Amino acid sequence: MALSWPLPVTARAGATAPMSTELTVNGTTYSTDAPIQTPLLWVLRDELGLTGTKFGCGVAACGACTVHVDGQAVRSCQITLGDLWGDVTTIEGLARGDRLAPLQETWIRHQVAQCGYCQSGQIMQAAELLAENPSPSDDDIDAAMAGNLCRCGTYSAIRAAIHDAARSINGGRAG
Amino acid sequence: MSLLRKITRRSLLVGAVAITGGAAFGIYQIRRPVTNPLQPAEGATLNPYILIDQGGISIIAPRAEMGQGVHTTLAALVAEELDAEWDSIRVLHGPPAAAYYNAALAHGALPVADYAMADWQRRVTEGLGAATRLLGLQVTGGSTSTVDAFDRMRQAGAGAREALKAVAADRLGVAVDDLRTETGRVIAPDGTELDYRDLAAEAATRPVPRATLRPQSEWKLLGRSLPRTDMRAKATGMAQFSTDIDLPGLKCATVRICPYLGGGMAGFDPAPALAVPGVEHVLDLGDGIAVVARNTWAAMQGAEAAQIDWTPSPLPATTEAMFDRIARAFEDRPNSTMRDDGRPDEVTARIEAEYSVPFLAHTTMEPMGATAWLQDGHLTLWVGNQAPREHLKVAAEAAGLARENVTLHTVFLGGGFGRRVETDVTRQAAQIAAMLPGTPIRLTWSRAEDIGHDFYRPAAIARMRGAVAAGRATLFDARIAAPSVTRQAIARLAGRNIGGPDKGHVEGAFDQPYAIPHYRVAGHLADLDVPIGFWRAVGSSFNGFFHESFIDELAHAAGRDPLAFRLDHVAPESATAAGVLEAVRDLSDWDAPRADGTGRGVAMTWSFGTPTAVVIELQQASRGIRITRAWMACDPGLVLDHAIVRTQMESGLIYGLSAALMGAITFTDGRADQENFPDYDALRMDTTPRIEVAILQNNPHMGGAGEPGTPPAMPALANALFDLTGQRIRSLPLAPQADFIT
Repeated sequence: MALSWPLPVTARAGATAPMSTELTVNGTTYSTDAPIQTPLLWVLRDELGLTGTKFGCGVAACGACTVHVDGQAVRSCQITLGDLWGDVTTIEGLARGDRLAPLQETWIRHQVAQCGYCQSGQIMQAAELLAENPSPSDDDIDAAMAGNLCRCGTYSAIRAAIHDAARSINGGRAG
Repeated sequence: MSLLRKITRRSLLVGAVAITGGAAFGIYQIRRPVTNPLQPAEGATLNPYILIDQGGISIIAPRAEMGQGVHTTLAALVAEELDAEWDSIRVLHGPPAAAYYNAALAHGALPVADYAMADWQRRVTEGLGAATRLLGLQVTGGSTSTVDAFDRMRQAGAGAREALKAVAADRLGVAVDDLRTETGRVIAPDGTELDYRDLAAEAATRPVPRATLRPQSEWKLLGRSLPRTDMRAKATGMAQFSTDIDLPGLKCATVRICPYLGGGMAGFDPAPALAVPGVEHVLDLGDGIAVVARNTWAAMQGAEAAQIDWTPSPLPATTEAMFDRIARAFEDRPNSTMRDDGRPDEVTARIEAEYSVPFLAHTTMEPMGATAWLQDGHLTLWVGNQAPREHLKVAAEAAGLARENVTLHTVFLGGGFGRRVETDVTRQAAQIAAMLPGTPIRLTWSRAEDIGHDFYRPAAIARMRGAVAAGRATLFDARIAAPSVTRQAIARLAGRNIGGPDKGHVEGAFDQPYAIPHYRVAGHLADLDVPIGFWRAVGSSFNGFFHESFIDELAHAAGRDPLAFRLDHVAPESATAAGVLEAVRDLSDWDAPRADGTGRGVAMTWSFGTPTAVVIELQQASRGIRITRAWMACDPGLVLDHAIVRTQMESGLIYGLSAALMGAITFTDGRADQENFPDYDALRMDTTPRIEVAILQNNPHMGGAGEPGTPPAMPALANALFDLTGQRIRSLPLAPQADFIT
């Protein structure tokens, strides 16, 4: 995505003139005058109203805020608006209309969530894993998912749901 | 068919009434009914659990959904009798109301071990349960939700079903007994179907028919593993937590409260905070500041930038000094001696040992947060919480409003574990909203604030004496010292101090089903004002470790296999508890030869009505010790949803293992030294063992599921480490003392 840098719209006395930044999230282009140092997490949640992405730690230690930028799973608490290099996909953009993504289907089938707070980040992290590795082993899953904390301890269900989604994606391709 | 059409058309008028408020109706099987908070009009027959409008059937859950699946199981209780269609019901959190009192909380009131309770004692607790109705204790905790709701919510469903049938009978001119119900409809012998939605408003105005509950053999929903009602929302990012509420003109806030616990704020300079782009207000909260900004990040930057002059904490300056203060409690007479069998003072101890555990934080995935909006003198809050009436009361006080001018919506909790009984964040949100009338406030704590201002699991010390003879334990004498969660929490919640023996302080130790001739558990309450609160499994979270570690020491001293040793002592006391030990033995193939470089430990704790045994397996790998396997067996009696019980057991285990391995809050000058997950971590995908769970249903009384998995996990881990290394570690956490992979 090409970032555009329009001229300041308004200037407040004593404040840095706010710039408008465009970003594309889930296929929709937004314009925000939030300071460019603002982490993507807070732009999504507080400026754009996309609250499916969660805050857990602010230091990239829990994975609750994981989203995709150009298909790559990133901790949105660590990427500033100004540094954003591509299109953003959040949990709200994973489904295609009413049709859930395969991981969302298997998350439901395996009844993964307990409190659910970390699950947006878990699913986004798992989506990147499956995009890169369509048949991950347990060790692959461990390596990919170790950065995503779940205080309810839903790990075994997450593992099962990822394997199941891998099977359904691969089966779909084969068929 | 024409009759149905006519009725449907007529009912649309009635339906319009139902749409405005929904029709709430049904049965309440207590002599004097409680006020139904869902009923706008006075004097109607009532049921606080069911709302039917043109949108369909909503079931009101009186308890908070914090991950434990309580919405699903409580809704299933109603739906089972109501014949509601499972896939189309909605589940809502109940408003703050006395109707939603938790009678099962009284179960723990008697100074008696659960396993040893006589029938008359159970009846006494049921009487006390009625008293909780007067207190209106609407609390989610103590692993009580299902036990409390089991009869009440089924009766609500059954009464509502019969009321709907009675209306249908009148309309169709058919005898009630000839009608049946199915998936939200009343069905007549000729096949005519009347939708509940069209019967609800009239049914709500009628006296409640008597209804008998269906026998278990006829259950269609209960006893299965149902699709959770919250799952789709949680897989799509649509589930709303405390800070996910979108309101017009919303501003974002955070707080920075004096980190020196018990200290305050002498003054502050807001200028550096106000210089942060996006910051709009810096507010004085008394013991700290709130920063209000266009987004949460700006608020957090502002809060960090503000110059604040803190006043010191009155707490001991070091963690060591805090433990000294706790140990001093041993010098005083015990607060309780709830088990005192035989003559322990006359038996010579063969083993004496001191155990200790640290303070722990809850670290729910969702840091503390709330949304609050003061509009035209009315305050509305959205907050995931475990005690709605308390939160509402505190919010009203903080905003200077009468309680009727406050509305509190309970939303999903991003983890609770006991933390969200506490009202601190709700108080702050109400304060901030009251200072900025008309502006909706989204208050989010930083993780550092969340860890630094927890109500911690208390640190505790146990001093044990024991003896064995002829392969059996002859003496188990425990003295346990810690500050009292019960006393501090009740002082906070009820505003008064209570005396008397503190059962919560010694639960998990005094109430274990072991036959030991000289067996004593004394509790000593320490005078230490670190903020402490309910942490998953509460007293059992430390007493389970003390008790089951020392049992292991006795087994070793007796030269016995630790599982067989336990069974010998447990079987005479409780067949139910012996059953879980046998089950975990079989599940883990305990008696099979062990591979080199592996160690196994076992522990069993009876807590919250459910005996739970755990076996942990460790493997010495080249990089260090790995927790490879875990086997659990529990017996909560009748199981309403197997998958939920199993996942709660796994969850409790992982929570306990995380704490035992690496959980510790330490303090310097009264300030927590830990700030975030890098220094207060938990098990991850790659460090969590493979877990197998056996669920038995031999317990004649229903027990809890959310907490009982936590206490035995900790000693089972330490006992496995002893088996692997020969090293008996008597203090937690283990990771700093052994070569674990974390």
